[in-house]
Amino acid sequence: MKGGSKSKVPVSIWCGHQLLEVLQCISSSWTGPDLSVLAVRCYPTLPPRYLQVPGHFWGMALALTLRSNRSQTCSIPLTINTKSITPEKQRGKYAALSIAAMVIVVGLPLWWKTTETYRASLPYSQISELDTLQLQLTMEVDVIFTKGTLTAEQQNKVPMSQTQENYYKMNDKTGLRYRYEMKYRTATVMEDSALRMESVQEADVSLSQLNESPSGSLVIYVIPETSGLLPDGINVYMGIYRTAILRTSLHKEAKMEELLSVIGPKILRIIQTVTFTNNDIKASMSDRVPTGKFTKESLADSMRAFKSSYEITFSLLNPDPKSHDLHWDIEEAVDKYIQPFLDKLSGVANFSVDSQILYYAILGVTPRYDKTISSYTLSAESLPHVINPVEARLGSNAASSNPVLNFLLYVPDYPHCPLYIKDQNGATVQSNAFHSPRWGGIMVYNVNEKYLDNNRFPVQVNIDTVRVMEVFLAQLRLLLGVQLAYVPDDFLMESPANQGLTDWELDRFLWLRTLENIATATTTLTSLAQLLDEIGNIVIYDKIASQVYNAVISVQAAIAELEAGNLGFAFQSSKEAILASEKAFFDPSLLHLLYFPDDQKFAIYIPLFLPMSVPILLSLLKIAKEFRERRNMAKKKD
Amino acid sequence: MASFVGVQFTFCFRIIVILFFLHFYRTSLSAHEIETQASHFFRSGHTNNWAVLVCTSRFWFNYRHVANTLSVYRSVKRLGIPDSHIVLMLADDMACNHRNPKPATVFSHKNMELNVYGDDVEVDYRGYEVTVENFLRVLTGRLPASTPRSKRLLSDDRSNILIYMTGHGGNGFLKFQDSEEITNVELADAFEQMWQKRRYNELLFIIDTCQGASMYERFYSPNIMALASSQVGEDSLSHQPDLAIGVHLMDRYTFYLLEFLEDIHPASQSNMNDLFKVCPKSQCVSTPGHRTDLFQRNPNSVLITDFFGSVRKVEITMSTMKLNPNNTERTEIDVNEEMVTTLQHYVDQLPVAEIIHQKPKQKDWHPPDGFILGLWTLIILIFFQTYGIKHLKHVF
Repeated sequence: MKGGSKSKVPVSIWCGHQLLEVLQCISSSWTGPDLSVLAVRCYPTLPPRYLQVPGHFWGMALALTLRSNRSQTCSIPLTINTKSITPEKQRGKYAALSIAAMVIVVGLPLWWKTTETYRASLPYSQISELDTLQLQLTMEVDVIFTKGTLTAEQQNKVPMSQTQENYYKMNDKTGLRYRYEMKYRTATVMEDSALRMESVQEADVSLSQLNESPSGSLVIYVIPETSGLLPDGINVYMGIYRTAILRTSLHKEAKMEELLSVIGPKILRIIQTVTFTNNDIKASMSDRVPTGKFTKESLADSMRAFKSSYEITFSLLNPDPKSHDLHWDIEEAVDKYIQPFLDKLSGVANFSVDSQILYYAILGVTPRYDKTISSYTLSAESLPHVINPVEARLGSNAASSNPVLNFLLYVPDYPHCPLYIKDQNGATVQSNAFHSPRWGGIMVYNVNEKYLDNNRFPVQVNIDTVRVMEVFLAQLRLLLGVQLAYVPDDFLMESPANQGLTDWELDRFLWLRTLENIATATTTLTSLAQLLDEIGNIVIYDKIASQVYNAVISVQAAIAELEAGNLGFAFQSSKEAILASEKAFFDPSLLHLLYFPDDQKFAIYIPLFLPMSVPILLSLLKIAKEFRERRNMAKKKD
Repeated sequence: MASFVGVQFTFCFRIIVILFFLHFYRTSLSAHEIETQASHFFRSGHTNNWAVLVCTSRFWFNYRHVANTLSVYRSVKRLGIPDSHIVLMLADDMACNHRNPKPATVFSHKNMELNVYGDDVEVDYRGYEVTVENFLRVLTGRLPASTPRSKRLLSDDRSNILIYMTGHGGNGFLKFQDSEEITNVELADAFEQMWQKRRYNELLFIIDTCQGASMYERFYSPNIMALASSQVGEDSLSHQPDLAIGVHLMDRYTFYLLEFLEDIHPASQSNMNDLFKVCPKSQCVSTPGHRTDLFQRNPNSVLITDFFGSVRKVEITMSTMKLNPNNTERTEIDVNEEMVTTLQHYVDQLPVAEIIHQKPKQKDWHPPDGFILGLWTLIILIFFQTYGIKHLKHVF
């Protein structure tokens, strides 16, 4: 025992020293980046440069573990054939085993736990269900036969209701079923008297008071051919509420079924014109169903991607303040003409309106003088180059990232007055304005005042805001996609005037936006799920998971509400869906796109685990070998 | 018999002629159809243009990378992309570098011929802000809510995006700031995320770095066209050494790219095939590469100005709304008098007094870091190694 311990000391010292040197070598050869990658994997928010120093600490900790282990293995050769050493050998064995057990029981789970990325569970199955979308749009249509359209015999046979269904297949995964629930009835006395009014506008107002129609529905009054309510050549009148008046001739002797088959297509035509056609739907769902790579309706182009908020900026450009002293009462104009429109859309989006006056801001194109009309002109080809130089000066609200719609009123400088815009055919444009999809509109405003007294510059100019707002409101409607792209010849659409927006236009907007939101939200969700599935290193926090759950629930709610025919609720749900899905997709925490190639992983783990695992494995092997030998010995003895 | 054969022959001939004409008619029709489809197809579907221009290297000897980026910035700005649609990332501020003999300038040509810094540069990400993380955040749109508009890429599904990068790279990566790198896989994943969220219509990727072609190898998202200054295994070389400034002013590829762009104006009809011919091996020394297999249009139908300029789509407004100026339906909103009369105070922009008189901040205590612990472990280790546990009582 004594001899053993005497000889053991120098060995263990030698062993320790050499080990230390080796370990110092290892730890100093440990370069920062390798370890830092591991550490980044453990602590994604820690900047890598902080991790270079603890590398040595790791080395030291490792040295301690190894020392206790290695000194045991070193002392083994010196203690052969001495029975008294056996307990010590036994102890070494236990030590090796317990270290191995520690590594397996504590070390491995700890390593696994600290390097794994947190991934909250997501409703993958529900999202994959959303990949195939079969929507049903239900719409209630009241068809009311007024006095003089039906005979008494026919009136008795008017069916209560009828449903008509159309199916529109967009692609393999997306289909739409339109379901029109037609309710037929004859007009009441009040309605008949309303329709006998002087003008169709008055009739429209009083009819709307009689019939409270919910959002997303339509009321169609059928009036006889002989009625003088509508002007000649007009068969359909669309009021500013949800009322349409259809003038048609019906056979007195025909059966009810025949009548309905005659009137059916006409009603369908009204519905499709004032709500949506397949093309409108295709355009609004283009996010989901690509409409051929490069062909898309110009309507879709003019619409901004759905955002809950818009910024509207009215700018007055005065390039020549020395000659013109411009005044515009923009506050009153916006209050009077733009705000009612925005109020109607307030449920759809938030708008913030601001205005500015820019001095010495010039267009990028020099106008040409046209002798025939003795004025300056801007050709249609030069218009695209007008916007960019001005835009640099516009500025924008730096605090928000909502889309901006710019409306510029340009008062040409004195030498270039008057200035007219020419269309492709060379004729001057009535409105003297143009617009650019997703950007805004520009109107050129020529100062009317005669310069009688040339010495008295600058000339005071009060801008006629009505004329300006007539153009800007029309442009705003176009840019938001409210304006009807196509009106058949025999339709008369009542202008919403100062309201800016009729009820049925709002409905149409809601229909299309609901579909667009559903389409966008489902694609966002599926692509998010796909991305998270593909890239395994992205951390998914609970907050994102809850957003995704919200979005999925809202999409499902929106689809259910559409089926039930509640347009308002459907829109609200679809809005929630798209907001939640966008929030989840664009969450800043989703950026841990840490990409670890395999060679880098080995580079990290080998210096860390190899020195530790080799002695452990060797001693385990040795123990196993001894155990087997002893068992063999025991067998032989038997 | 002979006549019968003749009749049959003429009959056959007639049929053949008729068939031929029919066939001709059909082919001419289909050709016409194809042509209309083609013209529709080749029309670029974008409404707005964006540019992300990135210089990734620091330090004075990398002057040329800043000059590269600024020159591209000048070109796209000249061709019409406004500052609001350009995200410019410069990893170092060469104009204010104290080694710069001409402060507030960055030259791209020898003998200080062309100052690309100018007086209206809007740098969005500067210095240490240029990181891989920020770059990927800009691309994918995952920025913190407080990020201002000018630092965002607010593109949509109708945007054509130009991405220009320059710096020091290797096979499959581009170094950022001497401390980190972006790999081609990360870049490809970022583009895929952009595509998934419809953040671009078409994307042109140009990279001027060593082994640049390795950066676009892994792209897999549609509608991307990519150009690089050199193939894998090749170095991209610099150009325009200047004795007064003491460094190279530009890289070869970008130099010739700009020479080419100088001839482009907003209405020019040059197409991408012309861009591919820029800087042949005789000039560049390296071999520029390009990749078009992901792109869906034929490169010779893609105008340079589809990416480098911004030609807006414009429609003439034909209809107006009729408004009634006398209609006073809207009730006047009462202006709250009290609200108006409350006095407004300006807050001091820079609270000088507070700054002067403030006390030095107390240092927060934090646990000893790994280095200290490691050091003490070492000391204790050596202590026990030398003295052993037995002699402890002699020491204390």
